[in-house]
Amino acid sequence: MKKAIIVDDEPLARMVVKEYLLQHPNITVVHECNDGFEGIKAIIQHQPDVVFLDIQMPKINGFEMLELVEQPPAVIFTTAFDEYAIKAFESHAVDYLLKPFSQDRFDKAIERLTERDATVTLNNTRDLLDTAAQGPQQNQRIVVKTGNKIKIIPIDEVHYLESADDYVKIHTKEGAFLKNKTMGHFEKVLDPQQFVRTHRSYMVNVQLVTRIDPYEKENFLAQLKTGAQVPVSKTGYAKLKSVLGI
Amino acid sequence: MASSPLGTLKNKTIFAAAWLGWSIMQVKILQDWGFTAKIAALDSLVSNGLLATFTIIIVNSLRYYRPKKGKYIYIITICAVKAGLWGVLVKYIMSNIFPAETAYLDFLEKFMPIRFDIALLVALCMALISELFYTLEEQKDSEYRKTDAEKLAREAELYKLRQQLQPHFLFNSLNSISALITIQPAQARKMIQQLSDFLRGTLKKEENQWISLEDELQHLQLYLDIEKVRFGHRLNTAVTCAGADAKLTLPSMLLQPLVENAIKFGLYDTTETVTITIDAARESHYLVVTIQNPFDPETSSPKQGTGFGLSSVQRRLYLLFARNDLLSTRHTDNLFTTVIKIPQPKAVGTETLNY
Repeated sequence: MKKAIIVDDEPLARMVVKEYLLQHPNITVVHECNDGFEGIKAIIQHQPDVVFLDIQMPKINGFEMLELVEQPPAVIFTTAFDEYAIKAFESHAVDYLLKPFSQDRFDKAIERLTERDATVTLNNTRDLLDTAAQGPQQNQRIVVKTGNKIKIIPIDEVHYLESADDYVKIHTKEGAFLKNKTMGHFEKVLDPQQFVRTHRSYMVNVQLVTRIDPYEKENFLAQLKTGAQVPVSKTGYAKLKSVLGI
Repeated sequence: MASSPLGTLKNKTIFAAAWLGWSIMQVKILQDWGFTAKIAALDSLVSNGLLATFTIIIVNSLRYYRPKKGKYIYIITICAVKAGLWGVLVKYIMSNIFPAETAYLDFLEKFMPIRFDIALLVALCMALISELFYTLEEQKDSEYRKTDAEKLAREAELYKLRQQLQPHFLFNSLNSISALITIQPAQARKMIQQLSDFLRGTLKKEENQWISLEDELQHLQLYLDIEKVRFGHRLNTAVTCAGADAKLTLPSMLLQPLVENAIKFGLYDTTETVTITIDAARESHYLVVTIQNPFDPETSSPKQGTGFGLSSVQRRLYLLFARNDLLSTRHTDNLFTTVIKIPQPKAVGTETLNY
């Protein structure tokens, strides 16, 4: 018996999935969620085999929800996103169903799910999130989890990023938040005109830079409006200069 | 459009008349000097005929080869070469026609420098006129292309702006219908009806077409009703138009992106039940529509508030009225307010102020 969770903010959309699942008695819906927050809780609580996941949802979208789950399960996207937007994820997700979808199409998705072995699915979900992170909404904000609370940080409120082992420390006026990502990831995702990798372990919001001072040999320190100082390497200095137009 | 200064019949006539007048004058002058009518006529015919041919060649060659800006020395050189060639040819032909008329040939020889000068001046005048003509023509052409391109770009932009608003809504609505079909067939049919009416209304409307406020609100109501089926459990709407009158009009499809934006922010920025309010009223020469939706100040910075919906409306208002101050937003606590002011077209005879 397989466990499934449906995450969709439209009750009628969840109903379609439930109705189609009647043809698959080996899959039971253990929980229905209205939004991503409920989705995270339900995934932790039930450890489902598959999640039917909508992308556009209140507060956090489907991709952001998955990012916050440590062991993301197999995912079948159910979305009205246009084909172009979803195409990029085609190879990574177990499957994606474009609303409205038919029973036949749904059955094929379930078939693909049973064919795949679990480890492949897990890796695929990770790849998927990396691709999704370059989507239009994700470069506007960063979603982090602090304890049991989920925090959405608008990108303009990020002062600078600092790498810390396997994490990236996101510095804001409310303090620092940890995100399980690499600097390379943020370099890919964030607008290069706004965030410049000034150093191997630092990225800075250029809107906040007030001064760049020399510091030790060939190194510099960027002074931020907030009073913080961010290390700038020789190559970082060149990048920063070209973005600032000086 | 004429492609050369001599392209139109009028200019051809002027050119021919000038040539004829000039030639007759030359015949008269030569006769006054004491030459026979035959010599005077042939001299005038040969010299002016050649001159006309050369100037036409200059005019036409400038059409295909335009000197770079400021390189007028090129034109002067060409004219000088042509005038020199002309002088040699005239002398050669005339001495062949009248080998025995030594008095005439002497005269021709003596006055050649002056006639060369005159030919050069005529050629330069013609070159200058054609240069001006072609420059003007080029300018007209590029201006025409520019306005054309602008018009096309504007149309494409408006089309795109409208298209971007639709698919998500459409497919989600179809998905709701798909769900309703088995559990509530009557409700499914009703929603198909609403969706069809809404789409028909959208298709029927031409961009830039003005419609009455009443029609637009009716169209919006269809949209809201469909959204209510999708989000019925969380979405409330209140549309009021107490301060409005029947005469108010607005460009079609202008309000919808705003309402769509309000719904999007209301529904996607909070997880609770949301109420969207829409109020339309007249304020002197404007139709003022106020749209309010709840939002979460913690997660959406005010900057984000200018989402796609708002910027597209802003752009359309600019294209329609060339003004950027007609759309404004404000937010208090957790209420986001969008105000759009639509200048009312001057009604004949009643209104005194233009917008």
